[in-house]
Amino acid sequence: MTELVRMEGIDKRFPGVHALKAVSFDLRAGEVHALMGENGAGKSTLMKILSGVYQADEGRVLIDGNEVTLPTPRAAQDLGIGIIHQELALMRDLTVAQNIWIGREPRLSFGRLDEGKLNADAAAIFQAMHIRMDPRAPVGGMTIARQQMVEIAKALSYRSRVLIMDEPTAALNDAEIAELFAIIQKLRAEGVGIIYISHKMDEIKRIADRVTVMRDGAYVGTVEAAETPISRIISMMVGRELTEEAAEIPDLSAAPLALEVSHLSRGHELKDISFSLKKGEILGFAGLMGAGRTELARAIFGAEPATQGEVRVHGKPVRIGAPSDAVRAGIGYLSEDRKHFGLALGMDVRANIAMASLPRYADRLGRINEAELGRIARRYIESLTIRTPGDRQEVRLLSGGNQQKVVIAKWLLRDCDILIFDEPTRGIDVGAKAEIYRLLKELAASGKAIIVISSELPEVLRLSHRIAVMCEGRLTGILPGGASQEQIMELATRREGLAAE
Amino acid sequence: MMVEEGLKMSEKQVRRGAAQQKLLAFASLIVLVVGFSLASPRFFQIDNIMSILQATSVNGVLAVGVTMIIITGGIDLSIGTLMTFCAVMTGVVLTWLGMPLVVGVVAGMATGALCGLISGTLVAKAKIPPFIATLGMMLVLKGMSLIVTGTKPIYFNDTEGYTEISQGSLVGMVIPQFPLPNGVLILFIVAAFIAWVLGRTVLGRYTFALGSNEEAVRLSGVNTDRWKMAIYALAGTICGIAGILISSRLNSAQPALGLGYELEAIAAVVIGGTSLSGGRGTVTGTLIGALIMSVLTNGLRVLSVAPEWQTVVTGVIIIVAVYADQLRRRSAN
Repeated sequence: MTELVRMEGIDKRFPGVHALKAVSFDLRAGEVHALMGENGAGKSTLMKILSGVYQADEGRVLIDGNEVTLPTPRAAQDLGIGIIHQELALMRDLTVAQNIWIGREPRLSFGRLDEGKLNADAAAIFQAMHIRMDPRAPVGGMTIARQQMVEIAKALSYRSRVLIMDEPTAALNDAEIAELFAIIQKLRAEGVGIIYISHKMDEIKRIADRVTVMRDGAYVGTVEAAETPISRIISMMVGRELTEEAAEIPDLSAAPLALEVSHLSRGHELKDISFSLKKGEILGFAGLMGAGRTELARAIFGAEPATQGEVRVHGKPVRIGAPSDAVRAGIGYLSEDRKHFGLALGMDVRANIAMASLPRYADRLGRINEAELGRIARRYIESLTIRTPGDRQEVRLLSGGNQQKVVIAKWLLRDCDILIFDEPTRGIDVGAKAEIYRLLKELAASGKAIIVISSELPEVLRLSHRIAVMCEGRLTGILPGGASQEQIMELATRREGLAAE
Repeated sequence: MMVEEGLKMSEKQVRRGAAQQKLLAFASLIVLVVGFSLASPRFFQIDNIMSILQATSVNGVLAVGVTMIIITGGIDLSIGTLMTFCAVMTGVVLTWLGMPLVVGVVAGMATGALCGLISGTLVAKAKIPPFIATLGMMLVLKGMSLIVTGTKPIYFNDTEGYTEISQGSLVGMVIPQFPLPNGVLILFIVAAFIAWVLGRTVLGRYTFALGSNEEAVRLSGVNTDRWKMAIYALAGTICGIAGILISSRLNSAQPALGLGYELEAIAAVVIGGTSLSGGRGTVTGTLIGALIMSVLTNGLRVLSVAPEWQTVVTGVIIIVAVYADQLRRRSAN
């Protein structure tokens, strides 16, 4: 088989992160090459370099054996590299054909559009893909699977010989996946090289010819899919040595229950989830992207209430229909996206700390006791060592770690004793991470019940007294602290279909 | 020691930023006043200044009210016709029912509060975008004023002292040399009250917080819907005050009046440096914005510029004011 793409020694740094470390990768014509790795391993970054979205700091890219530069997505398209993003980028109100040819519409004189040719050209592509699709149908009403077909057609319309698919089956059901795989087989037979990013082990076995594994921005190895057991691929993905200290697990046998969740469900996102959390305990939630961990947190907190199930706080059942109900019960939620959901960035540290508890510091006329709030804010700045010039500093000017501490202070002031941390160290540099870890342990030691959702396994292992693992909206198991990464990954990839077999 | 120094630095910076914003609008006002005074000796006369202030009072009160809503990131297009509807309801209570003055004033303000609450409910509970919800309210209220009055104005000839609410001068009774009309006094009192609410109370803090990041406020366990409704209701009450002011000045409730007032008020808010995307804004800025608009109208009239050109100039001023604020913000970042 001829070699289509070769990437050699690709290096990429972002401020504070070494995203890719001398990564190599190659793709042959007519193969499906799976690219695997944990969240943050660098798969997407590598593919963005190949598709011209990012530029590598070092290394070279060869197409058909010739070295090329890829300064823009357009340059990559011209070389026949098409990418189908995880989030589909279609214009819902336009038709299939209009979406495919957007920006390249065939024209007649005086700038008139040639709708006839537009539709005929689109129809020709679908014919070549052997699928039925009306080019005149608007995209908006279609299923995700059909929209994906349109994306593939769009990529092919650039005469792509290299097709990158980023988790294409994330939102598809089994029948749709089968249809997608049929298309992939046809494209492969026609000599198109396909790079397939996925977390799903069973799919890799079904569709991939070779598998390349990445970890922490580095190339780990490439193996033949057919001959390699899944367990070996998993160990390649997580195989890093645990240099960080493991969690010390306190004896909580006498501690009272703080939170009990039973049979919590909501649509397809959360399926019958039950667990409990003790005072002083840190319960880690592990799982792959889209496993439903954030959805679970938002359901417990009432941001998107569950449709079924019961939540008990300190033994008493509580009905949580809105965040205000959860806060009244003493549950605080620290979102993975602090900037959008946790902070009013343009307001100062003092106002943000007081955000959840303002009425408590006001008199009957609604006047705020600013002096008191200032004292309180400065006390938290000191006790949580928030690095800020003062309590009147706007929070947008603080670093990520210090912003996170402001959110923590907000919930501590509101007397929340059940704290849900969603990706507590995302976007926070290494030094500040250790400090957040220390803070979480101190909070637990002082009797707070803590849930930590994290996509970084070392983080989960380092913090958790117990580890709950989710996959596709189900809680697939709860492991004791100190479980191995392999055990967690096994539970995190235990899909419903597989479990039944 | 280091930290303390840093603290002082940053507080100074914060204050400087806020002051700069107001300074820009204030400087424009001064430039306009000085310019018109040089161009025409008739401009800087105590009578003319008083008439400028008097002309500012209605638009100023409306603008101060809508400032709160704009800081939440919303908009209220119904304030002009709501003002008229409040005036009409005051007229109904005073002239048709012959109730005492105080009852009429309270009725006008209560009408405003109720209609504001309806707008707020539509925005907060029914999740209708503020632009659409208040556009609907604007038309509903315009129609209601005409229906209630049978399209004829209601005159306040039978209510003694009604014109005094706006035209009289409490200040002039104390200081005869300075006959500040009551309308202007009321504007200043309303402005001071709203400035206090915004700066010192929970309601004010949530007003800024809603405009800054509504979802973060909701996820802090705050009942954002209820606060939003309270803000619209308060703004509606202030429209009621504006309605009483304008009907007192005209000695009648004119049901056909009102449309167009909302845009002038919003223009004043914007000129005053309040961001239409929410989260920042000041009452002082709005006051200055309202003054700029009436100084401009008055000055151009004194210079005998045709009214159609006055409108064009006002439009240009709005664009220039907002562009200048954009430039300032870009250089600040």
